[in-house]
Amino acid sequence: MTQGLSRSTVATVILLGLLAVLPAVFMAMDNEYYVGLATRLVILGIAATSLNLILGYGGLISFGHAAFVGIGAYAVGIPVHHSLFGGFQIVASNNGLFHVALAVVISALFALITGAICLRTKGVYFIMITMAFAQMVYYLFISIDTYGADDGLVIYQVSQVPLIDLSEPLHLYYLAFASLVAAILLVRMIVNSRFGMVLQGAKGNPERMVTMGYNVYRYRLVAYVISGAMAGYSGALLANYEGFISPDMMDWAQSGEFMFMVILGGVATTLGPILGSTLFTVLEEGLQIVMDWMEPAVEPAYVALFGRDLEFEVYWHLPFGLILIFAVLFVRGGIMGLIRGGKD
Amino acid sequence: MDPALLVLQTINGLQLGLLLFLVASGLTLVFGILDFVNLAHGALYMLGAFICASFTIALDNFLLAILIALPLTAFAGFVIERLVARNLYQRDHLDQVLATFGLILVIDTCVHIFWGPAGMAVPLPDWMEGQVRITEDIVLPTYRLLIIFTGLVTAALLYWLVNRTRLGMLIRAGASNRRMVGALGIDIQTLFTFVFALGAMLAGLAGMLISPITEASIGMGNNIIITAFVVIIVGGIGSMKGAFIGAMLIGLIDTLGRSFLDSIFALFMSTAAAETSAPAVSAMLIYIIMAVVLVLRPQGLFPPKVR
Amino acid sequence: MKKTVATLLAATILSSPAFAETVKIGFVTTLTTGGAVIGNDMKNAVDLAMEHLGGMAGDTQLEVIYGDDQFSPEAGKQVTDKLVKQDNVDFVAGYIWSNVLLASLNSVVNEDTFLISANAGPSQIAGVLCNENFFSTSWQNDQTPMAMGEVLNQLGVKSLYVMAPNYAAGNDMVAGVERTFQGEILGKDLTKWGADAQLDFSAELAKAKASGAEGLFVFYPGAAGGAFIRQYDQLGLSETLPLYSVFTVDALSLPRLQDAGFEAVLGSRTTQEWDPTLDNEANKRFVADFKAKYGGYPSYYGAQAYDAIMLIASAVEAVGGNMDDMDAVRAALKAADFDSVRGDFRFGNNHMPIQDFYLREVVIDDDGVWTTKVVQTVFEDHQDIYAEQCKM
Repeated sequence: MTQGLSRSTVATVILLGLLAVLPAVFMAMDNEYYVGLATRLVILGIAATSLNLILGYGGLISFGHAAFVGIGAYAVGIPVHHSLFGGFQIVASNNGLFHVALAVVISALFALITGAICLRTKGVYFIMITMAFAQMVYYLFISIDTYGADDGLVIYQVSQVPLIDLSEPLHLYYLAFASLVAAILLVRMIVNSRFGMVLQGAKGNPERMVTMGYNVYRYRLVAYVISGAMAGYSGALLANYEGFISPDMMDWAQSGEFMFMVILGGVATTLGPILGSTLFTVLEEGLQIVMDWMEPAVEPAYVALFGRDLEFEVYWHLPFGLILIFAVLFVRGGIMGLIRGGKD
Repeated sequence: MDPALLVLQTINGLQLGLLLFLVASGLTLVFGILDFVNLAHGALYMLGAFICASFTIALDNFLLAILIALPLTAFAGFVIERLVARNLYQRDHLDQVLATFGLILVIDTCVHIFWGPAGMAVPLPDWMEGQVRITEDIVLPTYRLLIIFTGLVTAALLYWLVNRTRLGMLIRAGASNRRMVGALGIDIQTLFTFVFALGAMLAGLAGMLISPITEASIGMGNNIIITAFVVIIVGGIGSMKGAFIGAMLIGLIDTLGRSFLDSIFALFMSTAAAETSAPAVSAMLIYIIMAVVLVLRPQGLFPPKVR
Repeated sequence: MKKTVATLLAATILSSPAFAETVKIGFVTTLTTGGAVIGNDMKNAVDLAMEHLGGMAGDTQLEVIYGDDQFSPEAGKQVTDKLVKQDNVDFVAGYIWSNVLLASLNSVVNEDTFLISANAGPSQIAGVLCNENFFSTSWQNDQTPMAMGEVLNQLGVKSLYVMAPNYAAGNDMVAGVERTFQGEILGKDLTKWGADAQLDFSAELAKAKASGAEGLFVFYPGAAGGAFIRQYDQLGLSETLPLYSVFTVDALSLPRLQDAGFEAVLGSRTTQEWDPTLDNEANKRFVADFKAKYGGYPSYYGAQAYDAIMLIASAVEAVGGNMDDMDAVRAALKAADFDSVRGDFRFGNNHMPIQDFYLREVVIDDDGVWTTKVVQTVFEDHQDIYAEQCKM
């Protein structure tokens, strides 16, 4: 960081700048769909940022992060459902501030309880036990008929918050974007504090931290709870964006996607998780467009070979999977590793 | 509770357990010896099912198709090991999870391209389609008994391989101490490749056995892989015995839960609520067991001796 | 109704350029996972409908864009959003699964776009959630099992064991048969559904047998249907526990069952609003051309998808391709002025069809192919029971 701005700082400014401006441009061009994509990207970015706190800086590989996001989403869906259709008066509300409070408190509580148990294990066992708890929540919601069970819950009304209207795409987007910036700053602050130093120290060498007199378990638990609460918050936003929630949001594959966002973007970097969620969204969208565009060239040969019609764009998983494999094999440190070029 | 039904469901549970064991045994070998988390193990299960289905239809002979499909699935495992897995043994689990998730996407899509989206039904020879009447109330499909038989024979063969042969000694040594095997001057790369291909073949066999019941379908492996992970965590990573007992346990709990939990629940909640919650809770049960095992005995119930 | 080619040509030449734009139809169905069996059949039928129309509705060019719901409500809603906001389609049609439809409904109808369901008919949309921009060319979920319940009563079946997947339509199907069936329901199993659906029914079938019921009612659409029938057959239950199914034995599962030689399915009965043997011009043309093009019978999924496209085309033609006047398009849709493959077809107040329901039996046709034929008409001009809850 000696010669003025480092490459990663430049990248941060560029990416956040683009995220600040582009959606307004999309909206002006009457392309609401891309505003939606950007909203999704930013919300997933918040969830990934929260995961990065424990996975990247704390070295705690949580394979159950989607559970927090799902809990946050249901903290919106359930109160709205009851406020519209009656019953369960204590939670029935369409007040957004109440939703957010509920999302944060419940997911923090869930993180506290499960974290207290999970953090007694380490390595691959930690991966599996966090996954186990997430799967329990997944099946719990599948079993509750009132909230749609397997089918999920349509949220017929967005959270009501002061000053802005979340049913306006841009309002929701900029709320999410401001939240993302706040999440980044919060994680930076934590990481650079004494607390963060202990957390990172414990990642490499927990014994050393213990001999230095730190209760590593307690530090990790606090980080786990903060991370869970942030993810719960992102879930509340996600519910408002999607207008629909279902247990599928908490499936292990979803938790896996959050992990990939963090790893692809760059573990333990400020910007990595957002780069990861951006790449994820852009690939998901872009590959389908590319495949669609390539279809006419490939289709005749395919039909001749297999005697079946080709729906080429549904095969976008193929290049996506290949990119994942190549990224792991050949790109160390994710996108941030590429940007830094091994320096910084 | 109807005793005949209990017996029937126990046998159904054993059959599910044995299929799980076939998947979990390969997974535990690869995980225990290679220290490699292979999420794509389930994709090999699917691949085995599709290859076998194609040969069954082409040759009109299910048994012959299995015999041809087994080495082919092993070969697929060999290719994956050489191209992808080998480069990841030295990496951390995170990288392995990411890359093998990519592999799932690639294999699923390739199967989609080659076999189409619809999946495949596998015809069985007539003698396998019938039933075996044990008592008046206990009637079992012949084919399910054959699965149990095949599962038990494979388990016995694996037991013999791991405990009675030189290769098995190396495998056991590898599971407990990898560096030592290397120090013995054994070609560790070949051993790893062999173990990976063996695991692929076992998973493929499980897929071939289940496909006449559920049909071969895309993504079928993704349902079973997480359960298989639960099995090996409960049983103890790297332990064949653990995988066997864990698989039986999970298979029984899942089946018995599905059969009897709703009547138990109906005792203290409405029938409608019991009907929706019982299957979900029985699915949850296996994760609860895993969490309990991890807290009380983090190395699993039957960890390999030295680690 | 039918114009000659000459007048069609003339109309094309004379058409006013103002409305010469293409009318776009988004078609959401399942193209991946096990549900793709159904999705492909629908897609084939849509392609055939477009071929029959020559890609035109009157003077207006039609374009179909397919979307894959991946058998999941979340993915279905996302692809629907994309069709509506990105591709700016005028209609979204399709939807096999009730839960996908419920998740996607608002994304379409709240954006002043029409949604034509070609299969799913959840009770909510027929009743409290009914919407002026929603139409169905299939049925309301409860109707077909209600017809089956009626048939069971006629057959004198006294007790029943019920199995269905645990999702919106599964619940409706169970409710439907319970509504008309007068005997006793001895047990019920709702199994996991979706992309990771439960396909091994050993535990449930053992329970059904032990219950001592006189019949087994099931609803297992798509690939799960084939798997279910096989396991039922492998247990040798056809003597002791006769099978009464809806949406399970169909043109998608029958070829596979025939390949595997499951003779037990021959003679089995199921209720439906359509059959390949229905005697009307539109149906004869549809079935014959479908068989010629794709080498097998179409399923009711295909028939409903075909009707959905024909309904849309009739409305587009009626308004001369002017999609700006929503009310006119809506009225044209409501009129249902097209030749449905099921013969008579009209909409109720909730935009669900009022139609006949038949009992069908699995038979071998003249070419030795396993298919179905109509045995009797169970309901005539049947309307779903949720219509009165709809304030429209």
